[in-house]
Amino acid sequence: MTDQSPAPHAKPRLTRDHLLGLLRQMMRIRRFEERCGELYQQEKIRGFLHLYIGEEAVAAGVMGCLQPEDAVVATYREHGHAILRGVPMTAVMAEMYGKAEGCSRGRGGSMHLFDIGTRFFGGNAIVAGGLPLAVGMALADRMRGRPRVTACFFGDGAVAEGEFHESLNLAALWKLPVLFVCENNLYAMGTRLDRAQSQTDLHLKAAVYQVASEAVDGMDVVAVEATARRMTDAIRDGAGPQFLECRTYRFRAHSMFDPQLYRDKAEIDDWKRHDPVARLFAWMRETGMLHDADLPAIERDAEAEIEAAVAFAEAGQWEPVEDLAKDVYTREVHP
Amino acid sequence: MTDADITVAAASRTITYRDALREALRDALQRDERVFLMGEDVGCYGGCYAVSKGLYDEFGPDRIRDTPLSESTFVGAGIGAALNGMRPIVEIMTVNFSLLALDQIVNNAATLRHMSGGQVSVPVVFRIPTGAGRQLAAQHSHSLEGWYAHVPGLRVVAPATLEDARGMLWTALQDPDPVVMFEHVMLYNMEGTLAAAAGPVDIDRAVVRRPGTDVTLITYGGSLFKTLVAAQALAADTISAEVVDLRSLRPLDAETVLASVARTRRAVIVDEGWRTGSFAAEVSARIMEGAFWSLDAPVARVCTAEVPIPYPRHLEQAALPQPAAIVAAVKALMGA
Repeated sequence: MTDQSPAPHAKPRLTRDHLLGLLRQMMRIRRFEERCGELYQQEKIRGFLHLYIGEEAVAAGVMGCLQPEDAVVATYREHGHAILRGVPMTAVMAEMYGKAEGCSRGRGGSMHLFDIGTRFFGGNAIVAGGLPLAVGMALADRMRGRPRVTACFFGDGAVAEGEFHESLNLAALWKLPVLFVCENNLYAMGTRLDRAQSQTDLHLKAAVYQVASEAVDGMDVVAVEATARRMTDAIRDGAGPQFLECRTYRFRAHSMFDPQLYRDKAEIDDWKRHDPVARLFAWMRETGMLHDADLPAIERDAEAEIEAAVAFAEAGQWEPVEDLAKDVYTREVHP
Repeated sequence: MTDADITVAAASRTITYRDALREALRDALQRDERVFLMGEDVGCYGGCYAVSKGLYDEFGPDRIRDTPLSESTFVGAGIGAALNGMRPIVEIMTVNFSLLALDQIVNNAATLRHMSGGQVSVPVVFRIPTGAGRQLAAQHSHSLEGWYAHVPGLRVVAPATLEDARGMLWTALQDPDPVVMFEHVMLYNMEGTLAAAAGPVDIDRAVVRRPGTDVTLITYGGSLFKTLVAAQALAADTISAEVVDLRSLRPLDAETVLASVARTRRAVIVDEGWRTGSFAAEVSARIMEGAFWSLDAPVARVCTAEVPIPYPRHLEQAALPQPAAIVAAVKALMGA
């Protein structure tokens, strides 16, 4: 958190258009999440709702480095990832509502967004449960000779699970094309990293398994993107798995049920000074890359897209109860 | 030797259950390049129970893939590979070890299709040795098939014959959903005659292995042959027992079970799982629901004693369902 300016090696890509794109993407998911929070209060969205606010630079930085044929495996805090991967916001919002028009036909909800069209394989709500899946998807690509990357997102909490260690070992052992993205937001629900880990430098754990690893300022979208691009390029060149630790922070509660007894407001306020959206905005304005009309236009577009998504979800249908047993099996099976 | 004898010999051969399984693996690997076998010591070592012996040399380390002792991750990787177009066969060394991968099997393999609203299928086959009888004590000998049979999204099968050992794998691989295949460890050395042309079999239906009229004995997997021995002994006492091999635990072919019970009017379930909360309890409940008015006696169960499987042979054998106990249970029902 010491360096407020984007990483120097990324500068060749720092055109106005590119940065505006990143700002636009982060704003889309920031505003989407804020709206989801409101809709939760209005009881339109139920169950668990995990907001990504504060962590947008990670998904925004990584997604742009992926190709359509690549795959994404994410966690239960994945609305932003799904949207930035290209899952229509309408289908994501309808899924949050539990409507049949949702990207998982309403069966998954907020934590289980799936969209095979964009190769977005969930929405996994078992901490670290997605890592072995990503390893297996990458194994399939490798065995079939397909030059694809599987990007796997997970939090610092996952590092405490056995599957994290098993998966990194196996991916390295078999040189599998996985980009492991650790979204280190310092808390596994309410347990602060240093209360759960003897070694809090998480990328060092990956290095032990011979996985090329790096920690970046996860509040700096340009730094995240530059490193992710280098890593996805390396994976495509056959260098095997890469591990990107993004040091970030969640501004909102873990879920809508979380009274946040485990952290001070001062800590949250301190991190908010590093807000990835405000930071890119300020930096672009300072360097003359942001024009006066840009931000209102971005806000207007995001607002329109979200309103359309809400309208779509509102107009959606409840799946008939007669279909309850559907999609447990691919073929008809009567247990 | 007559000409007829020669024809029979050419059309069948003597083979073990283990070899039949290996033949099924080889066949699947030859037929479909998306198929690969993965697990602990399946390659260089030849498989803990020697099922995959020789396949490493034949198909190479890419398709006969040795894994670290990371059950959760290689099982999850099998699921991921299945999501991404492969047809993995994952061997878990024993059912007790499968508990280390239970999360992946129950929370991912069984749920992904449903949670995704039907967008994905998980065509993976898990091969899991199960059961007691080799004096391997309480961490290598249990029968937890019933736990897996509890879970929607999974299919659970238990080959108990050479035909099924040879034929269930290919059918399971054609199934778009995850199939858990339990191989009882006492069956691997079982030897018998198998038709030369033996091939895929269905994995949907229970089969009557021995027809009878007085009582239906319902079982699966490693208990089938003990049950057949019991039926033979009962015949000597003029009690005609019908033996139903369930073959598939999920889905459960209740139709075949109920049809048999409707004929015999009595049922005994033989299950190597513990009695409490057992798969036998499910079968019993299905009979109550579907054939209560046909019954001449309460449904009976012969299950494993409620104890972790002990090491000494006499205690291990005492814990397991045995022909004598099956005979006794039937006689009690008959008032004999």
